[in-house]
Amino acid sequence: MKHIISILVENEAGALSRISNMFSARGYNIESLTVAPTEDASMSRMTVVTKGSDDVIEKITKQLNKLVEVVKVVDLSEAEHIEREMMLIKVRAGAKEREDMKRMADIFRGRVIDASDNTYTIELTGDGAKLDAFIQALDQSAILETVRTGASGIGRGNRILRA
Amino acid sequence: MLFPTQGNTVMDRIKTAELTGAEIVIRCLQAEGVDYVFGYPGGAVLWIYDELFKQDKVRHVLVRHEQGAAHAADGYSRSSHKVGVCLVTSGPGLTNAVTGIATAYMDSIPMVILSGQVPTHAIGEDAFQECDAVGITRPCVKHNFLVRDVKDLAMTIKKAFHIATTGRPGPVLVDIPKDVTTHKCEFHYPETVSMRSYNPVKKGHTGQIKKAVQLLLEAKRPMVYSGGGVVLANAAPQLKALMKRTGFPITNTLMGLGGYPGTDAQFLGMLGMHGTYESNMAMQHCDVLLAIGARFDDRVIGNPAHFAQNPRKIIHIDIDPSSISKRVKVDVPIVGNIPDVLSEFLGLLEKSKTQDIKAWWKQIEEWRGKDCLKYDRNAKVIKPQFVLEKLYEVTGGEAIITSDVGQHQMWAAQFYKFEQPRRWINSGGLGTMGFGLPAAMGAVLANPGATVACVTGESSIQMCLQELSTCKQYRLPVKIINLNNKYMGMVRQWQQFFHGNRYSESYMDALPDFVKLAEGYGHSGVLIDKPADVEPALREAFKRKKDLVFLDFLTDQTENVYPMIPGGKGITEMILSEDL
Ligand SMILES: Cc1cc2nc3c(=O)[nH]c(=O)nc-3n(C[C@H](O)[C@H](O)[C@H](O)COP(=O)(O)OP(=O)(O)OC[C@H]3O[C@@H](n4cnc5c(N)ncnc54)[C@H](O)[C@@H]3O)c2cc1C
Ligand SMILES: Cc1ncc(C[n+]2csc(CCOP(=O)(O)OP(=O)(O)O)c2C)c(N)n1
Ligand SMILES: [Mg+2]
Repeated sequence: MKHIISILVENEAGALSRISNMFSARGYNIESLTVAPTEDASMSRMTVVTKGSDDVIEKITKQLNKLVEVVKVVDLSEAEHIEREMMLIKVRAGAKEREDMKRMADIFRGRVIDASDNTYTIELTGDGAKLDAFIQALDQSAILETVRTGASGIGRGNRILRA
Repeated sequence: MLFPTQGNTVMDRIKTAELTGAEIVIRCLQAEGVDYVFGYPGGAVLWIYDELFKQDKVRHVLVRHEQGAAHAADGYSRSSHKVGVCLVTSGPGLTNAVTGIATAYMDSIPMVILSGQVPTHAIGEDAFQECDAVGITRPCVKHNFLVRDVKDLAMTIKKAFHIATTGRPGPVLVDIPKDVTTHKCEFHYPETVSMRSYNPVKKGHTGQIKKAVQLLLEAKRPMVYSGGGVVLANAAPQLKALMKRTGFPITNTLMGLGGYPGTDAQFLGMLGMHGTYESNMAMQHCDVLLAIGARFDDRVIGNPAHFAQNPRKIIHIDIDPSSISKRVKVDVPIVGNIPDVLSEFLGLLEKSKTQDIKAWWKQIEEWRGKDCLKYDRNAKVIKPQFVLEKLYEVTGGEAIITSDVGQHQMWAAQFYKFEQPRRWINSGGLGTMGFGLPAAMGAVLANPGATVACVTGESSIQMCLQELSTCKQYRLPVKIINLNNKYMGMVRQWQQFFHGNRYSESYMDALPDFVKLAEGYGHSGVLIDKPADVEPALREAFKRKKDLVFLDFLTDQTENVYPMIPGGKGITEMILSEDL
């Protein structure tokens, strides 16, 4: 099953490789990984999307907690949470396709943020499934380039992750 | 301001003098009470060596290869419960030490490794003798640091010692660029460290402990399985008290030997791949299993699916949550420090009564009756087991025994009965050939006056042989017990059993004359090729308290270690000796 794990980690050189090394050395899978400092600049927050049975996820969280620089670990998928990912996608948008592309972006609540004579660059935010769906919905040959941030996640309501 | 002017003016007057990074390193080691550093110099650590030279509190032991430095620091720690410290230069100095660091990591040994690094401005430029020490060692240390600013040096070293010794112990590396050793700042050695991201637990969960004790009280076929954690935590007294209170049977892992007295009637011997029949049978057939500081290693439990075929309740005490339910699902996990947890067990057990387990003991005695370690005592060639039995007798069971890796290691574990913890020093997790001799050097220095023997094989001893020279320089009177079967015996045994007797590259031709070799290094050597000479040779060697003696025993070339659980088989699917 897919899990989304949030990690608070000391903002120190090498912390990211320590975490990604742990995944590769122990053969755990990483679907995506995002990281950036939090409001407290001494700490970073990381979101890792991974797949595995409950046993494997338990092992992953234990191994993460064992890393000296890791402050806290939460498996967001254990309860209600919100997941968002951003995608920038450049599509062919010549005179023929322009209208259609714009309409498609609107349906998915995407925004055209750059345009040239024959391209559009669309910004789209949502969970991973929505971004996948958008890609599927397009004429595949019209896609010129995609870049995705990987998922970020946060618990719903009063569920708060702090040091 | 709470404490006005006065405090300030005093502080102004006693401004601490500024020290160089190199001076700070030495002052930190002194503050930690380090008496020995095992190391080897080179460009990046010259300033640190310069400061070592100017003082005599921290003594330096010059090894002959950095692998030896790491193993010696490791053996020093294992035999004393102090932190092992080593010092190596950048690049090849560090890479040579990696095998030793990984060895310590796998067995959770507290060590601090100081490595030199190229100057901060040269890092990343493929500078001379540069290597990414932090990157290379990351997977085999508990933690590591690169110190970029001399102001962080003292705190980083403090953290290194703190992390190495608390929680589940392990090696910590501090990489120090050369310019940091010349930069200056004020020196204060911090008395305490607090890290929001690192807070190992000590006390176990009370509810879980109660559940565990309840299970022990109900057990009709209880079994205790204890490991290296008992030794690391100095928990032998609490374990003994628990065993005496309950009368339960107990087995030890390879790493746990000595954690419980090897001659005690409740002790069933080691378990696992080369464990005793009775231990392995009792593990499979018990109804309640109490695991203490042991990590259900694959060399211990064999095939976990086979192990799970018999129902039993498992209680697991370990300070590292990631050791629990890793290979075998447990019923009552207790995360905590063994002495603390066992003391609580003892408190709860005080007034209650355990079940009558006579029938269980009867069954165990039947298994024990198989005498699974039996070997041919009338053989005309020297049996390796015989050498170890004699070694045990001659040293009165009081020696510190280090070992290399192979058949000799298993026979030492089976035949030398360890009464006390920290007397059996071997590489279990990584299984590093070459460990024995340098580890013995560390053990000698940590235990002045103690008898230290290194049980080894003709192949293993050649992997860190150069340390014979270190032994000469520092007069380290290690007794080397070389069980010379002219084979990589453990490899040959597997080839015999599982590869149709095809002894591919496990025979070593052109072995050195070990007697001459020992003499070449300034020691004495003795060749023993008859069973009748074994005991006299040992007695003679151990009388020579100040000398290193290399005893080269020509042993039965084709002897095998029994019992043996083949890889992937269940814990009771043992191959037993044909002599039985
Ligand atoms: C050739 C060869 C053959 C081998 N055959 C066997 C064999 O037949 N039988 C065998 O047993 N082994 C054998 N081994 C060794 C095996 O590979 C493992 O190294 C060993 O079994 C692990 O021992 P352990 O479970 O006691 O764990 P250790 O590696 O000693 O780990 C200690 C555990 O205790 C925990 N701990 C540490 N400190 C504390 C504390 N303060 N409080 C609580 N918990 C703590 C740690 O977190 C860890 O989980 C063999 C090795 C070799 C090289
Ligand atoms: C550094 C290293 N290389 C290879 C091995 C694999 N190995 C395990 S035991 C062994 C043979 C050891 O031979 P010897 O030291 O003569 O001991 P014996 O088994 O004959 O007692 C080998 C090669 C190892 N454990 N360590
Ligand atoms: Mg051999």
